[in-house]
Amino acid sequence: MRLLRKRQVIRAWRKSRELLAVQDLTDRIRSDDILLMSTVHNEKIRLPYFLNYYRDLGVNHFLIVDNDSTDGTEAYLSNQSDVSLWYTSASYKRANFGVDWMNWLHRTYGDGHWTLTVDPDEFFVYPFCDTRSIRALTDWLDNSAIRSFGAMLLDMYPKGQLDEQPYEEGQNPFEFAHWFDSGNYTQKKNREFGNLWIQGGPRSRVFFRDKPKKAPALNKIPLVKWNKKYSYVSSTHMLLPRGLNHVYDEWGGEMASGILLHAKFLDTFAAKAREEMARSQHYAASAEYMAYADGIKSQPELWCKFSEKYINWRQLEILGLMSKGNWA
Amino acid sequence: MTVGIVMLVHTALNRAEQVARHWTSSGCPVVIHVDKNVDRPTFKAFQQALAGDPLVRFSKRHRCEWGTWGIVAASQSASELILKQFAEVSHVYLSSGSCLPLRPVQELIDYLSERPRTDFIESATTADVPWTVGGLDQERFTLRFPFSWKRRRRLFDGYVRIQRAIGFRRKIPTGLVPHMGSQWWCLSRQTLSAILQDPNREEYDRYFRRVWIPDESYFQTLSRQYSTNIESRSLTLSKFNFQGKPHIFYDDHLQLLRRSDCFVARKIWSRAERLYQAFLCDGMAAMKKTEPNPGKIDRIFAKAVERRTRGRPGLYMQSRMPNWDWENGLTSNPYSVFQGFTELFENFEPWLAKATDTRVHGHLFAPERVEFANGQTLINGALSDSAKQRDYAPRSFLTSLIWNTRGERQCFQFGPNDNQDVAWVFSRDPNAQVSVISGAWAVPLFKSNRNFSDLRKDAAKFQKIENEHLKILRKSTAKAKVRIWTMAEFIEAPMEPIQTIVDEIGAISGRRLTEAPTMVDLTGFGQFLQNLKNQGMHPYLMGDFPVEPGPINQPSPPRKPYLVR
Repeated sequence: MRLLRKRQVIRAWRKSRELLAVQDLTDRIRSDDILLMSTVHNEKIRLPYFLNYYRDLGVNHFLIVDNDSTDGTEAYLSNQSDVSLWYTSASYKRANFGVDWMNWLHRTYGDGHWTLTVDPDEFFVYPFCDTRSIRALTDWLDNSAIRSFGAMLLDMYPKGQLDEQPYEEGQNPFEFAHWFDSGNYTQKKNREFGNLWIQGGPRSRVFFRDKPKKAPALNKIPLVKWNKKYSYVSSTHMLLPRGLNHVYDEWGGEMASGILLHAKFLDTFAAKAREEMARSQHYAASAEYMAYADGIKSQPELWCKFSEKYINWRQLEILGLMSKGNWA
Repeated sequence: MTVGIVMLVHTALNRAEQVARHWTSSGCPVVIHVDKNVDRPTFKAFQQALAGDPLVRFSKRHRCEWGTWGIVAASQSASELILKQFAEVSHVYLSSGSCLPLRPVQELIDYLSERPRTDFIESATTADVPWTVGGLDQERFTLRFPFSWKRRRRLFDGYVRIQRAIGFRRKIPTGLVPHMGSQWWCLSRQTLSAILQDPNREEYDRYFRRVWIPDESYFQTLSRQYSTNIESRSLTLSKFNFQGKPHIFYDDHLQLLRRSDCFVARKIWSRAERLYQAFLCDGMAAMKKTEPNPGKIDRIFAKAVERRTRGRPGLYMQSRMPNWDWENGLTSNPYSVFQGFTELFENFEPWLAKATDTRVHGHLFAPERVEFANGQTLINGALSDSAKQRDYAPRSFLTSLIWNTRGERQCFQFGPNDNQDVAWVFSRDPNAQVSVISGAWAVPLFKSNRNFSDLRKDAAKFQKIENEHLKILRKSTAKAKVRIWTMAEFIEAPMEPIQTIVDEIGAISGRRLTEAPTMVDLTGFGQFLQNLKNQGMHPYLMGDFPVEPGPINQPSPPRKPYLVR
């Protein structure tokens, strides 16, 4: 494990040479700032709402890798005073699906900070997020000597066909994509890394109905009090050292946890699936996108009679998708 | 007559300054102790900011670390200073920089001047309270603790082990009975000065210097020596979590804190702007004469601790994945498993749904698909009827189903043709009511129109599987409410067991069943079993069936529903 961790560090360092700083405002980062790190590819339409959402939660600085976008992402992001931007045209896949880049950013700028690592379609929800800022959460985690905070990915979808309602720049995607599956998830322990392997939700239900084993993982650990010895191993699903993956209680109790609302299934999805398939830059040779493309052609509605409509974090808590744990 | 405030401060100095001004504006003198770990420039700036206030003093600085003597030393020197410098002080209130007064200061002054001789200090003997964290209760007074728990944990633990091994015990100074309690107290001048000017103080201090967490026991023990009137409670509202750390209050606790009627609360998040704004103005001086009533806050925090330590039974999710036998309940709600009933009765499922007002599924673990009630393809929580999805994690399937349908009892059929993995789950589950008519799987075989050699093969297979299954149900580890009848036994008097099961489900109150489910026509079943026997396959799970048609006391014709009064 230690060797694997070292290997991750070396990879990150090697892959860092692919990154070109477009706008480096990292000298504005103060010692207790909360940082957000992300990789984007042609996602300009999502960025305005994304940035504002996290600014409102209390993120102080954004560190973003632009992976060869052609839709004006770079111009938009370099206009923001709290965004540091890197550009690369290198292969996302060969950078271990962006993990190497992220690890390098974390190692270089994240040491000693709380860092939130999310994709531009992931929106972090945590207990009391409607009344308490993310700083309240990180202060509490510090106080409780907790280093990492888990948040399961929750796929959100609209009612009706995905392309019925177009998404507009700056819009809250959950104005219409506000449905989710509340109770069809499976959890398995990964003995090697100590994390939970969570699958299920609409993707498993519709696209992976007959091969649930292949369904995408939903367990994520996006919020970490970073130390330069840490590294992500596979997306934000697991980390090293392994102790960081232990965001669940094994003795009957519940630890506090959050949710990443996943606004993947908008009208932009079909185009994205086509593009990503052509790019072949995604996990397991884009098999996931292949399954989607098939599914999207034949059965385009994810919504069903038992879908739950999103209201707020308390609802997710009551449904048992996340927990307040000991935080009151 | 006024109350003096001793304030122990180590971070969020701006908030401490705000609170100190609030106290002094009502005429309460404040002595501030700043932790020595705060660097000099920061301290100087802080001192400067409060320099203009004649009621503020700064006491000698000590290094304060959690669980060590420093905090007591700090309280001592600050208390000495306040008693010496402010003669009008009749009570001293120990507070921290993250404490916030919730009621107008004048109310506190009035409250205390009505009780001039009372000491408010939580103080209990170690034997009687379960507060301690880490297992050191009585031992904290009889061992020595020279090492820091936070920084040198290994040394700390090792030294404790060594002392235990050699049977080391410190002598408690004569006359002292160790007491413990919240470190936030409010003592009268008489008691406090008696403690501080005790001729034996040097001896006591030497003793407590090596006691574990002396700030929770020094004043608590010594005040028992001198006080004439101890109220064993803290005037500071302070709740602790299961790790012994204080719960923190945020802006959204505003209403809760208002209604608590407590004088001071701890610990307040330093960025809880709304709380500081709301409570640090004396505008709301309604002059209530109520006693502090933290009941509601108590409940909320007790619930939080419960959620963290026991969790919600039957919930498996990203931050709750209990180990084997640590589930506190395998599932969230009671449910019923029926084996052999739907085979023996023609209309068992709709009949049961009507009789009990529950949701009655078919064979949920059938090989082709999940047979949800009414042929649905999905159910609550968007749980799918795909057999592959279910068999990928049968246990999750069952626990999710029961969790998703909280509030409505679930019943399902089970049999030897179903996925047997789940039997291990429900046999251990006290929520499961399992009723088995053993051998009833033979009825569909008997009724089917297939080649006898195939039937024989299936019968052999089912018998073997069911036998294994019954073994699981009869294990000593099985916690489900299990009832097993052989088929022969059951059909002799079917209504009695059914009545018991339905009564236990207890949905429709105390009525006798008026309508029985229709039993399948069993004419020739005995001969069928005999044929199996003749083929060398001995069916033994159904009990003894006579070869001649029809069991003895089966009312004839058996197809007609009968009434039981």
